[in-house]
Amino acid sequence: MRILASLRIAARALRRNKMRSVLTMLGIIIGVGSVISAVSITTGATRQVEDKVASMGLNVIQVYSGNFTSGGMRGGWGSAPTLTVEDTKAIQNEVDGISAISPEVRDREQIMANGLNWNTQTLGESPDFAQIRNWDFAEGSMFSDQDVRTLAKVAVVGKTVTDQLFPNIDPLGQIVRIRDIPFKIVGLLSPKGFNLWGQDQDDVIIIPYTSHMRRVTSRTFVNSILVQAASEGLIPKVQDGITGVLLARHRSLDQDFTVRNQVEIMQTATATARIMSVLLGAIASVSLVVGGIGIMNIMLVSVTERTREIGIRMAVGARARDILVQFLIEAVTLSAVGGIIGVVLGVIATRIVAAATHWPTVTPLIWVGAACVSSALIGIISGFYPAWKASRLDPIEALRYE
Amino acid sequence: MPTNPVIQLSEIHKVYHTGDVDVHAVRGVSLDIFPGEFVAIMGSSGSGKSTLMNLIGALDRPTGGAYRLDGIDVATLDRDRLAEIRNEKIGFVFQGFNLLSRTNAVENVEMPMLYNRRRVVRHEQKRRALSCLDLVGLGPRADHKPNQLSGGQQQRVAIARALVNQPSLLLADEPTGNLDSQTSIEIMGVFQKLNGQGITIVMVTHELDIARYTKRTVILRDGKVLTDAPVGNRLDAEHELAQLKQAQQAVKLA
Repeated sequence: MRILASLRIAARALRRNKMRSVLTMLGIIIGVGSVISAVSITTGATRQVEDKVASMGLNVIQVYSGNFTSGGMRGGWGSAPTLTVEDTKAIQNEVDGISAISPEVRDREQIMANGLNWNTQTLGESPDFAQIRNWDFAEGSMFSDQDVRTLAKVAVVGKTVTDQLFPNIDPLGQIVRIRDIPFKIVGLLSPKGFNLWGQDQDDVIIIPYTSHMRRVTSRTFVNSILVQAASEGLIPKVQDGITGVLLARHRSLDQDFTVRNQVEIMQTATATARIMSVLLGAIASVSLVVGGIGIMNIMLVSVTERTREIGIRMAVGARARDILVQFLIEAVTLSAVGGIIGVVLGVIATRIVAAATHWPTVTPLIWVGAACVSSALIGIISGFYPAWKASRLDPIEALRYE
Repeated sequence: MPTNPVIQLSEIHKVYHTGDVDVHAVRGVSLDIFPGEFVAIMGSSGSGKSTLMNLIGALDRPTGGAYRLDGIDVATLDRDRLAEIRNEKIGFVFQGFNLLSRTNAVENVEMPMLYNRRRVVRHEQKRRALSCLDLVGLGPRADHKPNQLSGGQQQRVAIARALVNQPSLLLADEPTGNLDSQTSIEIMGVFQKLNGQGITIVMVTHELDIARYTKRTVILRDGKVLTDAPVGNRLDAEHELAQLKQAQQAVKLA
């Protein structure tokens, strides 16, 4: 029997009991609708976290210096002066798959300019830093390798710093004093906002690491090394390479440094959102199953009510599989139409939630597809037993049924 | 006879196993029915006529004996093949009409074609259904639903549905059982007209005066053939109907 003819028969049978069909679909509508809105909200949350992590840079590997222990007191990561500029150069020369690298020196300084002062994070970096952190310039540009070699007194500054020190003049080309040493501003970073941990990423001033180590802080060790892998797939390889180089150079049994990559940070950061989406997904699937049971129930009633019709159809030549297909299509029509309505209502519900709470929401198309496919599947699964029962009827008995 | 029989029953048995008791509903019926015949199968309730009807209609399989329908050995076929045989070779007319409610006359008549092995295109389905409705005199009411039609008209739709696949055999089970006497005669008139066009008809009935419109009467008792004889002084539906109308006219005038 043709599918089109079966569809016509199914549509007619469902229209005959409009109220009943709508109530039956309601289970699927609610199930699919809640799946769609749950997924949209959690995907939005996850995407936001991912964006924040991505704002830290692309394919970034961070190397921290190790733990410093003195008289039983352990200083925690970063306390031991173990990483050097030479380590950075060794990594750059010996490890493959690195697209950018920057030794990092961190300090907080009271800086002065324009008759104002401000306490901010002062970073010493290489010119690669802008690329690693994927940071654009609003004006000007990054300092150069030449500046690093010559210990140049140049700086690039974040939006918060310029707002505080230069409220009404263009900061580019102005002088800012760090420990009374004048640095000329050569670049203004475009704003990045707060990071995952609520830190203002724009409250920063960046100078060449050589100037930082020699002129400002007179240090010989760096706090950490930022490395950018050429691609995401290369991250583990680069990470292993760095570990190997540093172990060989430091000749210590204890690993006196830590290597972390962004994927790990991302996973930690999105863990909560992922647990939420699994939880919401589980609740939504339960309502889908309940919807499926509703369809099975109604299809069983329908088969009993239409026993005589089944008998007539069998008498004029319908085979068991024709009857099976007819009732299956009816069940699938119920669940698929319910699924489509559910998707539409789910999207509308998501919009309302987004408008009311200003949460970022994202409705992934793959989930819309999955919701439609799975509601059709539910129709097949829950319609199969009633349809099979109908197809096994004895035509003589069915014709006699009152 | 030169032609082959449409129905060839030889030593047909049907035993129902219900609980501990075996019910021997049909006990060795042999019967040949040839193309163009119009046969009434009669008998009181429990005579086995309904069982025999189901066997002839390929709704059921005999437990013993051989049944050839149009030369095909039906006794050995599986469910699906039986459905195919019913679809191609047999047109059913039931006592209770058995039309699909809320479905108009044409669509009811088209229904068997949904299950044809060889597909019929949509407009051809409609054309055939309409021509069958014309044949039973219901052409103008093709778009009426069963609840808008009288009993006699519903039975005509059922007959049109039975004819739509051009079966070798029209099988009617108490076709006048739910109808008043005048409508019954009208329906018999339809059957006589169809039979006149060469369609083979087998009809189960318990009404003797209805059987007199057929050409041959087979009487069953206790699952066996009691008598099998041609109908003497056969009634003509058209003539009877004219007489009935005259009588009614007379009553009105008086």
